[in-house]
Amino acid sequence: MTTEVTATRFEPPVTEFTTPFWDATREQRLLLPWCRSCGQPFWFPRETCPRDLSPDIEWRPTEGRGVVHAASVMPKPGNPAMAGREPYVVALIELDEGVRLMSTVVDVDPWSVAVGDRVALAWEPLTDGRSLYVFERDGAP
Amino acid sequence: MTTTAGFRGAAAIVGVADAVSPTGMLDGSNRALETQVVREALEDAGLSIGDVDGIAVASTGTGAHPSMELAQHLGITPRWTDTTTTGGSSFEVHVEHAAAAIALGLCDVVVSVYCSTPRSARRRGGGGFRSRAGLAIGPVAEWELPFGLRMPMGAYALAASRHMAEFGTTSEQLAEIAVSTRDWAVRNPRAYHHDSGPITVDDVLASPVEASPLHRLDCCLVTDGAGAVVVTRADRARDLRKAPVAVLGAGTSHTHAMISAMPELTRTAGAVSGPQAFAVAGCGPADVDVAELYDSFTITVLLALEDLGFCTKGEGGAFVEGGRLGPDGDLPANTNGGGLGYTHPGMYGMFLLVEAVRQLRGEAEDRQVRRRRNGRGEGLPEVAAAHGCGGVLSSTSTLVLGSGATA
Repeated sequence: MTTEVTATRFEPPVTEFTTPFWDATREQRLLLPWCRSCGQPFWFPRETCPRDLSPDIEWRPTEGRGVVHAASVMPKPGNPAMAGREPYVVALIELDEGVRLMSTVVDVDPWSVAVGDRVALAWEPLTDGRSLYVFERDGAP
Repeated sequence: MTTTAGFRGAAAIVGVADAVSPTGMLDGSNRALETQVVREALEDAGLSIGDVDGIAVASTGTGAHPSMELAQHLGITPRWTDTTTTGGSSFEVHVEHAAAAIALGLCDVVVSVYCSTPRSARRRGGGGFRSRAGLAIGPVAEWELPFGLRMPMGAYALAASRHMAEFGTTSEQLAEIAVSTRDWAVRNPRAYHHDSGPITVDDVLASPVEASPLHRLDCCLVTDGAGAVVVTRADRARDLRKAPVAVLGAGTSHTHAMISAMPELTRTAGAVSGPQAFAVAGCGPADVDVAELYDSFTITVLLALEDLGFCTKGEGGAFVEGGRLGPDGDLPANTNGGGLGYTHPGMYGMFLLVEAVRQLRGEAEDRQVRRRRNGRGEGLPEVAAAHGCGGVLSSTSTLVLGSGATA
């Protein structure tokens, strides 16, 4: 039984290729696409590896720990779905696996989020049972 | 290095025109504005529409076949066509392509055209120049839109935040760029901010944060605008109405389409396009008398200064201090008032190109730059850098342009 969730974000579309990724978020598991050919993870998820164009891709779970690579606070909403959340921070997070993805840091004063902060994976429910990967400051109270 | 023998100086810009307005809004349809600037640019060159055998266009809001539609409207049947769209760098790319085609004899007279009227559209209730509706598909929708980054300023803000963390660059240093650019705008009667008066670093820092660390005065205008440039063979250029501006060198690159995929947030494609353009031209940043560097945001200029080699990576903040880019500085930049203060209809690269030509011709009136780099004294500038940047720090195209003295 899930609690009913009201949409408070633009909800990401799902493609045929990314269906396993988004399905895993229903169990709050974050997957990264890894290229079996070159043995490296990459981001953003796509059907072929951006290093060697190999289509031999496998999804592997990540613990979701990393560091803030860049951060910007939005004093105004970036799209209508975000209205009421401002101010909030949008960050590029570099995971310990070496991939860099866009996300946000939650449960923190957005203005205090700084490049170099350690962060850990957290989840925010979407309306269709999926969850969105977000981050919180690692070890923060 | 690629072989570019035969490119340097083979083609010249011989006609320019742009349409801007003190209100930021222009009357008439986009097609009528395009036609107006084409007519004016040809008149500037002393050519007629019948001479045009190549067309390049990257206007906003056109149909599926932009060059076919515009050529049909103009009543021409070109033998060379280019609809390359790389955002704000599109028109530098057009000139690069046109110069190469002219050097090979594929065509003789190319006109590159731009029109966009986002300010009027916004007044009419439209979405401005970055309507979000069109982005609700593809990787941006799946991997960026859920996080609510304000666009486009948020993307540039992320790069600025990274530059500050890596190199200690400050908001005050970014503000210096806005201050210098405004000093140019107040000298240009056609600039949107001509009557707004100068600003200070404190004014920039006191303006509202749009996306930290960028303030409102770090951000470009949203205006209507249209422009056109005419490119032809160097030998034909010599007999035309105005002094030709030689296309000495060109380079183009792009690194990503969405900001989360930018390989290095503090290094743009300018690190490829700039050095290539200078190598082809056979000169370097120290030879540049006037620099027109795309200023969508102050950080865009700072990164261009570093990537093109005006200073080393990480030292852009210190470089721009003390009004270095302003009317009394030793690297006059964005001399029409820039995207920050002249006009910015979404793809400003056309206007910085037009300004580079006017400076090299000596037509810049109260903002005319003198040849002053490296103690070369007075006289008109001889070398200009015209550097476009498009997307979200995604694409760059650099032109090195020269007056007759460099041919």
